[in-house]
Amino acid sequence: MNMDTPTNLQNRPQRSGLGRYWRIYTALWKNSVTREMGFKTNFLMWILVEVLWFALQLSFVGVLYLHTDAIGTWTKWQVVFLIGASHFIQQIFQAFFLVNCTNLSELVRNGKLDFLLMLPVNSRFVVSLRQVDLGAFVNAAWAVAVMVYAGSRLGMEPSLLQLLGFSVLCLAGALVHYSLMFLLATISFWTVRAQGIVWGYYNLFQIARMPDEAFTGAFRIVFTFAIPMLLVSNVPVRVVTGKLEEPWLVLLVLVMSAVCVGVSEWGWRTSLKHYTSASS
Amino acid sequence: MKKYWHVLGIGIQNNLTYRFNFLARTLFGFIPLLAMLYVWRAIYAGKAGATVGPYSLAEMISYYLLVTVVDALTAVNEDDWQIASDIKDGNISQFLIKPIAYLPYRLFLFIAGRLSYLAVAAIPVALFVLAFRKYFVLPPDWLTLGCFLVAAALTALLQFFISYTMAMLAFWVLEVSTFIFILFAFEYIASGHMFPLDILPASLQRVLSFTPFPYQLYFPVSVYLGKISGSELARGLVIQFGWVLVAWGAAQLAWRRGIRKYSAVGG
Repeated sequence: MNMDTPTNLQNRPQRSGLGRYWRIYTALWKNSVTREMGFKTNFLMWILVEVLWFALQLSFVGVLYLHTDAIGTWTKWQVVFLIGASHFIQQIFQAFFLVNCTNLSELVRNGKLDFLLMLPVNSRFVVSLRQVDLGAFVNAAWAVAVMVYAGSRLGMEPSLLQLLGFSVLCLAGALVHYSLMFLLATISFWTVRAQGIVWGYYNLFQIARMPDEAFTGAFRIVFTFAIPMLLVSNVPVRVVTGKLEEPWLVLLVLVMSAVCVGVSEWGWRTSLKHYTSASS
Repeated sequence: MKKYWHVLGIGIQNNLTYRFNFLARTLFGFIPLLAMLYVWRAIYAGKAGATVGPYSLAEMISYYLLVTVVDALTAVNEDDWQIASDIKDGNISQFLIKPIAYLPYRLFLFIAGRLSYLAVAAIPVALFVLAFRKYFVLPPDWLTLGCFLVAAALTALLQFFISYTMAMLAFWVLEVSTFIFILFAFEYIASGHMFPLDILPASLQRVLSFTPFPYQLYFPVSVYLGKISGSELARGLVIQFGWVLVAWGAAQLAWRRGIRKYSAVGG
């Protein structure tokens, strides 16, 4: 019981860094669980909506492959795996970040952002991770089930290294989605009606689940090197299914996700400087 | 009637305030469309035969271009959300005492929405079609064009009445967005938005022909492309009109039932 000895006090700031953020984050989780359980039917309905849209994308693949055997070198079950992976990455992004990104414009509009900025924690941390979308974890599990089934149809036996690479790349993909969406959301500091812009990002998700080989020319370059939608799910699937012909793509995904995080951090800081509260 | 024309004018003015939103929406919407065309091109490139179902690549591209045009003309934009929130927030109370009915009021707002959307989206859509002009076919003759316009107008009405009926759920449940998204999923695939319905197996096509979904998009597009003509076309128009009546009846019924349940919250 000598917690307040001088040495302990000195150690405190260091120890409190990560530990303190961890405690804050668990508190935010508890809040989210309580909030979601208040509307159980609604919670289940949203899961149903996501399952339906996921099934719809899978049926589309089914229809396409009624009329062809391959898109480039992508076979039917490889594309099913791709859709699963893309859904998985999207749901991970949605679980942690999406609601918070879309709420940002509302926070700016009604001036509640002031309170978050005054809290003695990193402002981006609290703005980005305030709410957790629990339903998204259920949907991510569906996506894993689809990937496992497609994998068994393909007779896949991935090595531990491949699985590890796949997981890391999926996380990098989720970070790309988060950074780009966050960057778009910061536009709400300049124009109040940013909802339409945030909505526009949904159109980009649709590219991420299509096989990269279909694309050529400027479209491919833009969506690889500027907005890396053609990398985020295609590269991890190539790694785990043994389709990776150009290993440098792995490095490219990691570099692009670091760049996206950096750019969004720059955008956030610039926006904060520009911020004049709505409430004062 | 004059008061409803007034609603039309107000609706257009309101909508044009969001012209930037409309523009962003149209431009962003082209990205997945373009991606879809790339995927189809890759499929045709890898095929021995040059057709998918009855479509050559050029016909497939013109199908998607027409879907874009018909969608711009007829799709319900935010009307269903607005109607639901009118009910939830108690805004509909005023329509119970004013000499103006809610359904035609919303219908005119919907038309205003479409007109202002067209005013903004016409240029980007036209540029997009122009970029693909060698795939963009004109209708075979004037009669076809006329029938297409009628079918497109009926499609717009059908879309509106179905969305209106869905929004009426707000009388009974707190959160209607999930219901709207579920219906939208079915509409998206079964109305021909994702792919032309006649590349499906015949049995599935037959099942779909008993639902209103093909008449929400696929039908006017096929009329334009000259895929349906003569007595088949006439029959299609009659069935489509029938669905419009059914949806209108459902909308009226749901409204009457809803009003009986309604207790003006905060109105």
